Amino acid sequence: MSTLSSSDSAQRPLYVGCATGFSGDRTDGAGPVVDTLISLGGGVLNFETLAERTLALAQIEKRKDPKMGYEPLLADLVGPVLKRCLDHKIQIVSNFGAANPQAAAQRIFALAREQNLRTPRIAVVYGDDLTEPEQLKFLLKKLGSNIDPARVVSANAYIGASEIAQALKEGADVVVTGRVSDPSLTLGPAIAHFGWAMDDWHKMGCGTMAGHMLECGTQVSGGYYSVPGQKSVPGMDRIGFPIAEIRADGTFSVFKARDTGGLVDDRTGREQILYEVHDPARYLTPDVTADITEASITQEGPDRIRIEGIQGHPKPAELKVNVCYDNGYLAEAEISYAGFRARERAALAGETVRKRIGHLLPLRVDLIGAISIFGDDAGELMSKGLPESRDVRLRVAGVHIDKAIAEKILREVTSLYCCGPAGGGGVRTSLRPRLDTLSCTIPRESVPCGYSFVEEQRA
Amino acid sequence: MNATSPSTTQLPLYLLAHGRAGDKGNTSNISVIAWDQACFDVLVAQATEEKVAEWFGYRHPNKVTRYVLPKLKAMNFVLEGILDGGVNDALNLDTHGKGLSFWMMDMPIEVSQDLAQTLTIKEYAQSV
Repeated sequence: MSTLSSSDSAQRPLYVGCATGFSGDRTDGAGPVVDTLISLGGGVLNFETLAERTLALAQIEKRKDPKMGYEPLLADLVGPVLKRCLDHKIQIVSNFGAANPQAAAQRIFALAREQNLRTPRIAVVYGDDLTEPEQLKFLLKKLGSNIDPARVVSANAYIGASEIAQALKEGADVVVTGRVSDPSLTLGPAIAHFGWAMDDWHKMGCGTMAGHMLECGTQVSGGYYSVPGQKSVPGMDRIGFPIAEIRADGTFSVFKARDTGGLVDDRTGREQILYEVHDPARYLTPDVTADITEASITQEGPDRIRIEGIQGHPKPAELKVNVCYDNGYLAEAEISYAGFRARERAALAGETVRKRIGHLLPLRVDLIGAISIFGDDAGELMSKGLPESRDVRLRVAGVHIDKAIAEKILREVTSLYCCGPAGGGGVRTSLRPRLDTLSCTIPRESVPCGYSFVEEQRA
Repeated sequence: MNATSPSTTQLPLYLLAHGRAGDKGNTSNISVIAWDQACFDVLVAQATEEKVAEWFGYRHPNKVTRYVLPKLKAMNFVLEGILDGGVNDALNLDTHGKGLSFWMMDMPIEVSQDLAQTLTIKEYAQSV
């Protein structure tokens, strides 16, 4: 790359690989992605680790320890590939900063030091966190909510690709963000690489949809796809994470890391391009209104697809904000019944719990093995009849603001050991604080965001 | 459901298409992606907003919107208000409703006998 002039290098395709699709994904995906990027002459590595609630959980960790609150598996994700990335100028762009991008940056400095690597240039993107008292007051008013601000755990705006792009242009080895829109992790590098104008809506749409295809990791490369006997996927135990080849005209291809399992074809591609999309003409991000109504996906070669026909329209006027707050306790308890009249015994056990505490809080009853996740909370599907089953697990779940009342579910299911139907076994119970989310949009001016390069702080 | 005429038969949707469910708040979107053009044509005619709303009726959708994407031989169904409040509020084990794509896959579709004879559970290989 260094031998080319900047305009030449901007005409080269950009390769962006994504090595996780959520916090909790496999942590060994990056190695094959990075090796593939090296063989292609470089690129950018994404880790997407922030689901809607992950950030709230990270805020709770940060409150306990100001040095925490970033992706807990950061070292497992970055450690094995940091040397290769720094040696080969593969820039890392990730939202693994979660609630504490500064602390995540310090952890990466420490990783580099532990491995005797050069000190990386690390930029953090800030501005998404809206938990200052003034900001919270504004948000709660906007939401029309009268919840006590003390119950708010996290409040974050989804910010876009601009800061990521600028930090990369200034030579960041690693860009650490908190809440940004997932596709911006890919669009940012594309803006930096090609010099696309941020009001070139067509290009913004293309880069965004490339990011959309990558942001769930293997969901485009054979993960979350297989139905044995119909949609088989080879080597699911070593599925390759995806890489996009983005071209200057905005078209792009998706393939997977070399020497891995998995599958990329026009079917895995079509499942992912529509994933979590509502109106295909209006896929909203902070950067653009992307439009896939004319998109096509064609198989270009083995495990490689080409996506064309993406359009883009002006970005939404406002930014989306999520506010997460404490809202009581979720109690769940289970017990199993098997064999002769198992379903009837499990159903009787559920009815028994209902009779005893159903007046205290709304209960959901599942008969796992007969009807569970297809069912609705009100039990309407279950009331239409249950399939026969000889191995059924009763699950009772409920939420209450008062911990003592939620706990009654645990005690009532446990007591079925003695006081319930015959042959119940394997009780497990869990009681967890519950977080709720409120969403709204706010003017962009209310979210002053930026980026800065971080200095290493030695302890 | 209309009475089945002798020239047609009812088959589950999974013999004509595959799909995936996603969630945003209390709304689920479920893609229905046809195995081929013949299946797509049948699905566009049969898997209407009304029929899908009826199939998911026990979850009382506020609104069902169908988006047809001919270039992808796919449809995207957006079912509002079917997740019992969604990831925050539902007591369902599957708060996201991720499994609901497979409820869609069981929806009965009326298919001509000729087409039905070509539809079985089989391995669909990469088209290269």
